[in-house]
Amino acid sequence: MKILVPVKRVIDYNVKVKVKADGSGIDLANVKMSMNPFDEISVEAAIRLKEAGTASEVVLVSIGDKKASETIRAGLAMGADRGILIEADTDGDIEPLVVAKLLVKVVEEETPQLVILGKQAIDNDMNATGQMLAALLGWGQATFASEMEIADGKAVVTREVDGGLQTMTVTLPAIITTDLRLNEPRYASLPNIMKAKKKPMSEKTTADYGVDTSPRLKVIATEEPAGREAGIRVGSVDGLVEKLKEMGLV
Amino acid sequence: MAVLLLAEVSGGTLALDATAKVATAAAQLGEVTALVCGPRAAGEAAGKIAAISKVLVCEDEAVANGLAENVSQLLLDNADGMTHIISSASNAGKNVLPRVAALLDAMVITDVIKIVDAQTFKRPIYAGNAVQTVVSLDAVKVLSVRTAAFEAAGEGGYAAVEVVALTGVSALTAHVEDKLVASGRPELTSAKIVVSGGRGVGSETDFALISALADKLGGAVGASRAAVDSGFAPNDLQVGQTGKVVAPDLYIAVGISGAIQHLAGMKDSKIIVAINKDEEAPIFQVADFGLVADLFEAVPELTEKL
Repeated sequence: MKILVPVKRVIDYNVKVKVKADGSGIDLANVKMSMNPFDEISVEAAIRLKEAGTASEVVLVSIGDKKASETIRAGLAMGADRGILIEADTDGDIEPLVVAKLLVKVVEEETPQLVILGKQAIDNDMNATGQMLAALLGWGQATFASEMEIADGKAVVTREVDGGLQTMTVTLPAIITTDLRLNEPRYASLPNIMKAKKKPMSEKTTADYGVDTSPRLKVIATEEPAGREAGIRVGSVDGLVEKLKEMGLV
Repeated sequence: MAVLLLAEVSGGTLALDATAKVATAAAQLGEVTALVCGPRAAGEAAGKIAAISKVLVCEDEAVANGLAENVSQLLLDNADGMTHIISSASNAGKNVLPRVAALLDAMVITDVIKIVDAQTFKRPIYAGNAVQTVVSLDAVKVLSVRTAAFEAAGEGGYAAVEVVALTGVSALTAHVEDKLVASGRPELTSAKIVVSGGRGVGSETDFALISALADKLGGAVGASRAAVDSGFAPNDLQVGQTGKVVAPDLYIAVGISGAIQHLAGMKDSKIIVAINKDEEAPIFQVADFGLVADLFEAVPELTEKL
């Protein structure tokens, strides 16, 4: 069984994001970039299935500028087998609908039994690509997975839902999107980082797939959120109780 | 303009507060038809929300558990003439709406915090560190809204309730079981008071301190991602970028340092109280009242004195 894992290059989660002064977007110049943390969890999940003998090959795909190849290399260093870079001519973000349409083409070529995606990218926070891909392929979806098991042509997935957890089954081929508690991604060892440099990576462009990449959402402004000022320090529990009573909160 | 609203249903009961908040957002766009996946009583409850003009109820087991394949089919079956499809930005809504949008060849707009006009919306990106204004070019707009950003619509409506059927059940997925955490406390996203614990609480056992304070105040219990990852609290209590977004009248953060992704889930609370022994903790930068203290002493004392 082949597993496809889409990975996205995003601003590192530790970096403080700055809005450009002219409101045209986020300042990405000279900022540390990393693999989207949810995608790392997806890569880890796929590699574990390969180590367990359930999967035979783990293929990564990234859509973005040329530097997205670094993100693919990071996943290859974790243990994935090969990568596909799809260069997109875009200034700014690529919408999940476009990503999903490109991934449909990749799925048609690669015929994986499972596509594992992060539930959301920490840049646009959309939480949409996996569900959209499932819709366009006509496949079943199991989103926000915190546990998964593959057996008898099905995935048994425990999902994080609003009031707790839900267990469901989805027939393969299927889409699974990963939540934080599915696993803890491994660190790539130095020998594996070196080995990853020799793993195959094919390079394509969005034009190769004939997908219309024009956005459906026109971004007309990007602003800083309303700020919040620090208030006062109270010296004791009594001081706090007094303030809360003054405000009529308790 | 006509809006199809996917109502929030939990354990067969209408989540009234959440649905009423989505209804407020929906009513800014046009006439609202609510689709309720659950028993007829849940549909009748939705019909009492003043902002809702019509209710469609589907009692089919196949949609009761929120499986996206079936719920999105049901939405599409009832979307004729609709200009907008809307839901809460809950896990239930986020599971279904992008699927519906893709089937309509539309881009979904998630986590909307403000409706500017029928095609213009504001939504946070980068864990709330920036807010984007987007104009949708799609024929049908599919959006999820953050309930914390909208007031609940009042009751007193008399919308007609019509039963609808699911045209086909998907064989792709099957529900096995739900493990929902039952508690007598108010629901986290609609509670007036939320008491949250973080890594500083130290253990699942000591999390009882947080629950005791919440119970004394009649509030809900929340947790930071660190506390959930450490197993002190269940996942459905997580407040933050990837958890729940809350905006209560009073938010008490105990032993929470204030990571960006946590602040993304609670910084719109009216009053924020922080109790932390580290006076440099970033949570104090957003707190209205900060108390630098050992939580194991301060929290029991606070619980007693309130």
